[in-house]
Amino acid sequence: MINLTINNQSVSVEPGTTVLAAARKLNINIPTLCNHDDLCVAGNCRVCVVEQTGARTLIAACAMPCSDGMDIHTNTLKVRNARKHVIELLLSEHRSDCTKCYKNQNCELQSLANEFAFGDTIFLDLVEDHNYSIDRSSPSFMKDDSKCIRCQRCVRTCDQLQYISAIAVANKGAHQKISSFHNKPMSHVVCTNCGQCVNRCPTGALVEKTYIDQVWDAIYDPEKHVVVQTAPAVRIALGEDLGYDPGERVTGKMVNALKQLGFDSVLDTDFTADLTIMEEGTELLVRLKKALVDGDKKISLPMFTSCSPGWIKFIEHKYPEFLPNLSTCKSPQQMFGALAKTFYAQKRNLDPSKVVSVSIMPCTAKKFEADRPEMRASGYKDVDYVLTTRELAVMIKQAGIDFKNLSDENYDSIMGDSTGAGVIFGATGGVMEAALRTAYEIVTGREVPFKNLNITPVRGMDGVKEATVKIEGCTEDWKFLEGAELKVAIAHGLVNANKIMDMVRKGEANYHFVEIMACPGGCLGGGGQPIPTNAEIRKNRMKAIYSEDEHMVLRKSHLNPEVIAIYKDFLGKPNSKVSHELLHTHYVERDHF
Amino acid sequence: MEQKALTKVGLIFEKIDPKEVLQKAYNMTSNEIIQAMLDSGLKGRGGAGFPTGLKWKYTAAEKEPEKYIVCNADEGEPGTFKDREILDRVSVKVHGGMAIAGKAIGATKGIVYLRGEYRYMLPQIMIELKEFHKMIHTIGFDFNIEYRMGSGAYICGEESALFESIEGKRGEPRNKPPYPTVSGVFGKPTSINNVETLVTAMMIINHGAQKFSQYGTKDSRGSKVFSVSGDTPTPGIFELELGMTVQQFVNEFGDGDTKAVQVGGASGFCVPRKKFAETIIGFEGVPTGGSMKLFNSSRSMYNVLHNYLDFFAEESCGQCTPCRVGCQQLLKGIERLKSMK
Repeated sequence: MINLTINNQSVSVEPGTTVLAAARKLNINIPTLCNHDDLCVAGNCRVCVVEQTGARTLIAACAMPCSDGMDIHTNTLKVRNARKHVIELLLSEHRSDCTKCYKNQNCELQSLANEFAFGDTIFLDLVEDHNYSIDRSSPSFMKDDSKCIRCQRCVRTCDQLQYISAIAVANKGAHQKISSFHNKPMSHVVCTNCGQCVNRCPTGALVEKTYIDQVWDAIYDPEKHVVVQTAPAVRIALGEDLGYDPGERVTGKMVNALKQLGFDSVLDTDFTADLTIMEEGTELLVRLKKALVDGDKKISLPMFTSCSPGWIKFIEHKYPEFLPNLSTCKSPQQMFGALAKTFYAQKRNLDPSKVVSVSIMPCTAKKFEADRPEMRASGYKDVDYVLTTRELAVMIKQAGIDFKNLSDENYDSIMGDSTGAGVIFGATGGVMEAALRTAYEIVTGREVPFKNLNITPVRGMDGVKEATVKIEGCTEDWKFLEGAELKVAIAHGLVNANKIMDMVRKGEANYHFVEIMACPGGCLGGGGQPIPTNAEIRKNRMKAIYSEDEHMVLRKSHLNPEVIAIYKDFLGKPNSKVSHELLHTHYVERDHF
Repeated sequence: MEQKALTKVGLIFEKIDPKEVLQKAYNMTSNEIIQAMLDSGLKGRGGAGFPTGLKWKYTAAEKEPEKYIVCNADEGEPGTFKDREILDRVSVKVHGGMAIAGKAIGATKGIVYLRGEYRYMLPQIMIELKEFHKMIHTIGFDFNIEYRMGSGAYICGEESALFESIEGKRGEPRNKPPYPTVSGVFGKPTSINNVETLVTAMMIINHGAQKFSQYGTKDSRGSKVFSVSGDTPTPGIFELELGMTVQQFVNEFGDGDTKAVQVGGASGFCVPRKKFAETIIGFEGVPTGGSMKLFNSSRSMYNVLHNYLDFFAEESCGQCTPCRVGCQQLLKGIERLKSMK
């Protein structure tokens, strides 16, 4: 152990601990900007400078490992002056139009300015000296260089968590900036729109593209019937933006709030998550039959899940030769959209051209997905507007709703019923677990052999998870699977997806079914979720997801009464012709650069 | 304070038999070589002045089997041009110094990071390097040198940014610790030395530590190559004993009207006339990597400062706030002062 003192308090830490971490152990707050718990040390903003007795210069607490006998002071005159100057220097390059900024009151730079840099500054305004630009090309997010403080959190996120490097540092000195490849528009580079950078940007330089006003317009238009769907991971995170601690389930209040906002029908993406299981599970079993029984060499295995639009764009760019391995199922959001303007409109006797379909997603890539030309199976844009969890919180605040004191409401019908299998789509491993709960039962007629239906091997925050399920006691139709070992794998965060894809490409993986989610933790850590994010917060959200599942009466997708009904009334059976028209899609190869 | 008269020395460029010196080094143990460097009091000639013997000692102590000697030939400090001359005239001594350092720390690989603008020297150096490799391999050295080219960024002269650049990344300094002796290029223990340091090391092996330490003062042992430029009738490269005052230097090289000397390049010190007599050129006073720029009374010091700030606003890597924004503030600030707005 290493012993040191910080502000005259002694502390012992493991070797390699930074001064910042040691200070946190003593509950001494050292302000930071470029530091983020999910990312490697950068040490570039210098907000965290502290004084080390005997050292010639101030040191960056986030980057300096503790050493024996260190005597650190975090609040000396020298430190305060330096800190104030650093923040003022950052502000001199930053377009401080805070009152007009989407991140107003949710901005780390603003908070620091509030603490350290109020009043006059000795520095000159440099904003006009820079030729800043705003990139609005992506349907998912905007990049405003005039708000950027060059902390490189986004760069590290894109590289270390997502293995994309859509953005990187370009130029030097005064001209240094965070740039896309050759400074091309974000819509024209290898970017998955996952929004993890947005989640970690401390200022308003990277924000989602908002469609709040368009949604209000639709709600206020008496001609329009506005339906809203809510993704599984929204209900366990929305509370964070409305005064709750991470991990609080606010499903009933959220449904109530949506009704108060004026949506005509408040429905659940979990319904189409259950539907996805029926379609995707059947697809998997058909693939296995064709490959194992019919010996069809053209069948591509392993089959990959297709719920995560960030992952889809990743594979389209980086591993296009494996596009046939992707399940042809649309994501639950898009299945919902296609059904909203067909099945739902018919049932409710509505003109589909008057139906506006809105989705609340933990995701920024969903905005891109809704814009894909493939997603117009209903004859209209299947999902008109995608809002993030954060945008929904903004609308709730705009409407003056007292969220904490709302009563719990239930989802409307039709397409509002769901099971626990649908809700766990929001956590990494959840799609796999839901699929196994149903597929195993289809094949064997019995429940999956896990206590209380909880398939724990596919749960948790490990980057890559593997599991094997032995199939025994098959029913007559599925005898060919008797004794087979179904090998599955799960990855979350594209850096882990890449690990799996690398193994698959090299022929080192013999999986049958692989679930991949673009974001760390799955959708619960999505780019559209409340800010901030870190491992602890994601862990709490994950607990909430599984608790939500445990509290459901039905926990297997094939038992969802509305799912049973839609097959009876409308779709026929899984993978039917109607299903293929509305619920399945195809993918496109995209440039590698 | 100890002080020496201005004395011209001729050790760096003196004619030697490199094979003989290298044979001598080959017969020494790692510890003996390091001890010779420690005894000599040699400090790094790039400007920062870290004791070379210590640097080698720390790197030698690392357990990792793969280590590197890197020669910093990214001479980019404004007003410095001595390394160019050294590589041009006695590249064999640079390479020899690397082989000796390799022997001392237990490295078999050497990399020279050559300033982008010096690419024109490469064909000739490659011919000399081929000969050199042949020679040291006959002696028995297990050591090979390769060249990597810089691309013009000033910051890549900073050791850890230089490593990043060698690794093919954007040239940005790393957080330290870990220091290069623990984790340098490719994450391996690395001793990174300036061109002149390596030549001086070879000279110390040749003549012995004692001869070297006779020159200079307690804090600044030996002699040093200076790049003299600006308002001087005799610009060029001069090897001088350390420990002289700026006044003595100006007496020798000035044009009779010197009002200031910029010692150590843009990131160094500007010594005004009234401080000439009391300022010693060396680690006890104003250290320098070699750059000595003289300004006479016809020069506007505002323009000098503006030039340097312009340089730094351009050449900061841009990573850290105080440097990236601070340089812009200083530049804009003095422009405001001048225009009185």
